[in-house]
Amino acid sequence: MTALLEAVDICKSFPGVQALDGVQLRVPSGQILAVVGENGAGKSTLMKILGGVYRADRGTILLDGRPASIHSVKQAEHLGIVLIHQELNLAEHLDVAGNVFLGREPRRWGWLVDRSIYPAAAAITTRLGLDVSPRTLVGRLTVGQQQLVEIARALSLRSRLLILDEPTSSLTEKETGRLFDVLRNLRNEGLAIVYISHRLKEVNDIADRVAVLRDGRNAGELSRQEISHAAIVHLMVSRELKQFFQRAGRVSDRSMPSAGDITPVADATGSPVLHVHGLRWWPRQKEGVTFSLRRGEIVGLGGLIGAGRTELAETIFGIRRRLAGEIRMEDRLLLSRRPAQAIAAGIFLIPEDRRLQGLILSDSVKCNISLPNLDQLKTCGLVRPAPERQLAKTQSTRFNVRTPSIDQPVGLLSGGNQQKVVLAKWLSRTPKVLILDEPTRGVDVGAKSEIYDLINRFAEQGLAVLMISSDLEEILGMCDRVLVMHQGRLTGELTRQEMSEEAVMRLATGGVS
Amino acid sequence: MKKLLGITVFLALVYLALMLSHPNAFSLKTHVLLGERIGLYGILSLAAGMLIVTGGIDLSIGSLVCLSSTVFALLAVKFEWSVPEAFLASLLVAALVGLTNGLLVTKLRLQPFMVTLCGLFIFRSLARWLAGDKTVEDLANRLEVEAAFFNGTLAGVPVYLILLAFMALLASVFLHLSVHGRYFFAIGSNERAARFAGVNVDGHKIAAYMLCSMLTACYSFLALMKTSSLEPAAIGQNDELMAIAGAVLGGCTLRGGEGTVYGMIVGTMIIQILMMMNTFWAVPTELEGTMIGVILLLGVILDELLRRRERLGRQDNA
Repeated sequence: MTALLEAVDICKSFPGVQALDGVQLRVPSGQILAVVGENGAGKSTLMKILGGVYRADRGTILLDGRPASIHSVKQAEHLGIVLIHQELNLAEHLDVAGNVFLGREPRRWGWLVDRSIYPAAAAITTRLGLDVSPRTLVGRLTVGQQQLVEIARALSLRSRLLILDEPTSSLTEKETGRLFDVLRNLRNEGLAIVYISHRLKEVNDIADRVAVLRDGRNAGELSRQEISHAAIVHLMVSRELKQFFQRAGRVSDRSMPSAGDITPVADATGSPVLHVHGLRWWPRQKEGVTFSLRRGEIVGLGGLIGAGRTELAETIFGIRRRLAGEIRMEDRLLLSRRPAQAIAAGIFLIPEDRRLQGLILSDSVKCNISLPNLDQLKTCGLVRPAPERQLAKTQSTRFNVRTPSIDQPVGLLSGGNQQKVVLAKWLSRTPKVLILDEPTRGVDVGAKSEIYDLINRFAEQGLAVLMISSDLEEILGMCDRVLVMHQGRLTGELTRQEMSEEAVMRLATGGVS
Repeated sequence: MKKLLGITVFLALVYLALMLSHPNAFSLKTHVLLGERIGLYGILSLAAGMLIVTGGIDLSIGSLVCLSSTVFALLAVKFEWSVPEAFLASLLVAALVGLTNGLLVTKLRLQPFMVTLCGLFIFRSLARWLAGDKTVEDLANRLEVEAAFFNGTLAGVPVYLILLAFMALLASVFLHLSVHGRYFFAIGSNERAARFAGVNVDGHKIAAYMLCSMLTACYSFLALMKTSSLEPAAIGQNDELMAIAGAVLGGCTLRGGEGTVYGMIVGTMIIQILMMMNTFWAVPTELEGTMIGVILLLGVILDELLRRRERLGRQDNA
């Protein structure tokens, strides 16, 4: 039997990243195919290629066994492929029918003439069990209902392949259950459904088949009988040994006393410095987050995107409002309502998005480095130019920032060098606690290892480092222990001995350790 | 840098055009008049410009001119306060206005455009109500001594221009050399990055609104010295637009994070010279708006084109 859609040898690269490298995907009608993988495994890129958002660099897409070229969303929809994004794309101020038929309203002289969209929309929504009038404004529906409106739109396009990217990320359990009923019905009617999710339990519940991607390649497939949490996790993380050791060799030399004159602080004997107790920031969080950090240790914070790791860091730093819980620095209660107070207490946060949060791209390297340090570079409120230049020079040398001059706008530097400026700007003084949010995202391999070396050196100097990372190899290679979050709570802690990619992934996907 | 050079050249051209446009233009009288006008409007451009640098905007400047002049005039004439006392009171009113604007923008996260648009309606109507919508009588008599001083010259230079030079100097030091000025630019360029760097973003934004309003009060005091009359329905009409136009022509962008004190002053000079040219050429006053609008539009287009070329250049490098 020919599959409805078959993707053969799909390759796609973005500047600096090979996102997809010869991926195959076979999607037959009447089946729910789950596509899973770590962050950055290439799931979304693949789906965007099928949905006409991106074009593949190489590879063929066969539709009903015949080659098809998909070069726009409109055309993909014409061919019967509809991609529903994680963030819903609905016009909140239009009613249900208006959204279902948006862009395809029957009209004459620009006026909506045909009232038939209302009964037509009602027919589809009833089929989906969406119990609202087609004249209801979409903005007044719950997220779960809005999701069904998107699906209704897809059905009205006579779609044969429905791709859902993380459809349940903002649904309640009940809504998820209802969505699954709808999806099962659609499958039984013969639709092909591709379902992308981080939540392996859901994949377990709904998928007829699972395709696993890893580092832009196929890592394996599981049939209905083979699907289990453990089996999926195993495929998601097991890497070719060569690649793994190559990296681990570079990053894990911190456990050996190779630094010469610096004596590493013993992990277990370091005194506790930061305590976080019962910290909550989302109203729907049932339990708070509790943990502590000791001097000289590097603690990983693992989990998937949306697990709340960045939010935890921002709450500690005072960017985000805290709903409950307390933060103590060396037994002193920290009422951090503003970042300045956290900085004064010795907590530094190096944010995740260097372009939006870390740097002022149009400003020079010098101004970026001096910005958080201006309070130490002033007399009578005026910036002292000579020490400012001096600081910028020292820091960019220390962090090995490759730039023609310190007056170069940072926007012109490479990603890795920009990240080094981010580190240089915050680490000109010594914090007690350093929180790094995805410190090596979008950074090339060479700059990565330099950044690892720097982090190791900080830990050796007695800093407590909390490193948020979605890169499991990085966490395993760098950290003394790892905390794992899932949906806003800590699901477990793993010591160096217990750490493995599978163990982290199990906790990150909500499984029990 | 390129931008500053560009507007300086433009200023020179406009000045040259004025001098060549009429035989009477090259006279001391013209220059004194020009100096006075630049001295007055320059303050407003500083007010608007420094706020624009932080990414803010104030549309209520003209109405605040009206309110603070009215407060000053009523206190000085009807309640017979001394001139400095009345001035300080009007300054206080302006400071409160700025504080309110700042609090609404930062704490309630309202859009600056909307907040100050509401101010534009409120302040003028309040002033008209306070003054009974009548011209304040006897103002000229009351201010005779002070007006004589401010309208004079020192070593041939109009006092207004000297005052502006002094204020511009202070503003330059503040904006370009001080830590807080650095924070103003950082907030205007990337507010989130400034927040992560530990900058007290809300505090600085509030300060920028207060600074803008208080400079406006200074302007309205000086403008009152110049005119010695006050008609609440008309005074300060469109002043906010002149202020913003001067700042933007001088290189501030409404996106925030860009601008120099030098540019703000040069922008004001260009506009005032153009206005003066209108007088000489006997262009009907109705057309003044058209001319300023067109010049400003050209300036903005030029700025955008320059920016695009720069960005293209960057992409080639990358």
